[in-house]
Amino acid sequence: MDMDKEITAVQPTQHHQPISEPVIVIENLYKKFGDNVILENFSLSVKREENVVVLGKSGAGKSVLIKCIIGLLKPDKGKILVFGEDITMMDEDELATARTKIGFLFQANALYDSMTVRENLEFPLRRHWTSLGEAEVDKMVKEALENVGLTHTSDMMPTELSGGMLKRIALARTLILKPEIILYDEPTTGLDPITAREIDQLILTLQKKYKTSSIIISHDMNCVRNIADRVVLLLEGMCYAQGTYETLEASSDPKINQFFK
Amino acid sequence: MSIISESKDFLDQTGQISRFAGRFFSHGLKPKFEVKELLVQCYLIGYKSFPLVGLTGFIMGLVLTMQLRPSLVSYGVQSELPVMVGIAIVREIGPVITALIFAGKIGSSIGAELGSMKVTEQIDSMDVSGTNPFKYLVATRVIATSLMLPILTILGDAISLFGAYIGVNIKSVTNIRFFFVQVFESLSYSDVLPAVIKTIFFGFAVGLVGCYKGFNSTKGTQGVGRSANSAVVLSSVLIFILDLLTVQLTNLLGLN
Repeated sequence: MDMDKEITAVQPTQHHQPISEPVIVIENLYKKFGDNVILENFSLSVKREENVVVLGKSGAGKSVLIKCIIGLLKPDKGKILVFGEDITMMDEDELATARTKIGFLFQANALYDSMTVRENLEFPLRRHWTSLGEAEVDKMVKEALENVGLTHTSDMMPTELSGGMLKRIALARTLILKPEIILYDEPTTGLDPITAREIDQLILTLQKKYKTSSIIISHDMNCVRNIADRVVLLLEGMCYAQGTYETLEASSDPKINQFFK
Repeated sequence: MSIISESKDFLDQTGQISRFAGRFFSHGLKPKFEVKELLVQCYLIGYKSFPLVGLTGFIMGLVLTMQLRPSLVSYGVQSELPVMVGIAIVREIGPVITALIFAGKIGSSIGAELGSMKVTEQIDSMDVSGTNPFKYLVATRVIATSLMLPILTILGDAISLFGAYIGVNIKSVTNIRFFFVQVFESLSYSDVLPAVIKTIFFGFAVGLVGCYKGFNSTKGTQGVGRSANSAVVLSSVLIFILDLLTVQLTNLLGLN
């Protein structure tokens, strides 16, 4: 198939300029479940401080892709280099160390519902940075909550929070370890348009503040337009096309065009 | 479903649970241990189950005594009532009933808790946070159930014997000291030890099956409900199978 189209002529204008050094390099990724091939020779490179949005139909393999990057799923073939090290070859301990540099925002937030907001934020801190004292933990939790504007929720349970607040707390927990890469699994799905826009803005603000690189899975075209430095179209398990939002929107290819109607 | 496919499913599930148990011994028991979480689970699984185990044990001892009395009276051996009730409770009824109550309360709660954590991606989130979910969630719960059930059984047996003492005193008057002396004189270590040791295996089965069902829960509320339900059913069946095996084993070892 000659589908690996590169539409990269236009540099992003509304967004910052990514630094050219790649932080994630995916080479010929192949993953299948039973007889169902999800990813087939999928390749992608993400530069430092770049926001890459992966667009595709439901069931196209977008979530599988980022779960392979974080090591929750093991690909059948291919390489995933994160800061030059192959995630697919790592053992449990190496993976745990690599994950301190990668944050993951789950679609359903995945906050621990038996813990308060504060305990949710403390959990990754106490696991990864065991030498931290109480005062330092307090300071980092406070900073994380200030970043998302929810300092008052510290002692609340996740069940007491609205959908938008849950997403913000989940984002705060993702950012608390100051990861250099963040993977977002449909960050605005299920939110009203106003809250979705606020989350988009928050993602951009925090990305600039902490200079993170991101891969964002999304169906929400407003989110794609607001956040993406580059859009990658995942079709039939492959990287079908990539480019800026504007470039892809202007494409006459019906397979690309159907997403922008 | 045909018998062949049902048998295949059964064998498939048995294999998967065996692999899960193997993973517990190869990964779950390696340092570093989640001591704090283990203590929390011991409190939730052991201490919080005590009122239920105590109540059912008391009623069990009382009812057993009241049911046995007429038969013994008809043979003129009602004086042997404390001995008979004591042996029945300590050797068999206490461990099995306590384990079944435990499976109903703890097996379902572990299955539902881990099942809902699984479907809401909390287990994946734990993995991403640098915590091995198998060690944090499974190992702690399985160790806690294996440690707590023997303790609950001993306490349950004691309360059950007190219930039996009340039962004896409904139709006659017996001194509490005389009752317990009669019970303990009839018991030997070969009655007590195998009965307590087998509850370690019962507890292990309840914890392991609950965790396995929760960890392999399918999406949706139905999946979580099914995990909780099948955790109770399977662990209850396993308790009876393990009981059968331990009786055979104690017979072979001449401990009867």
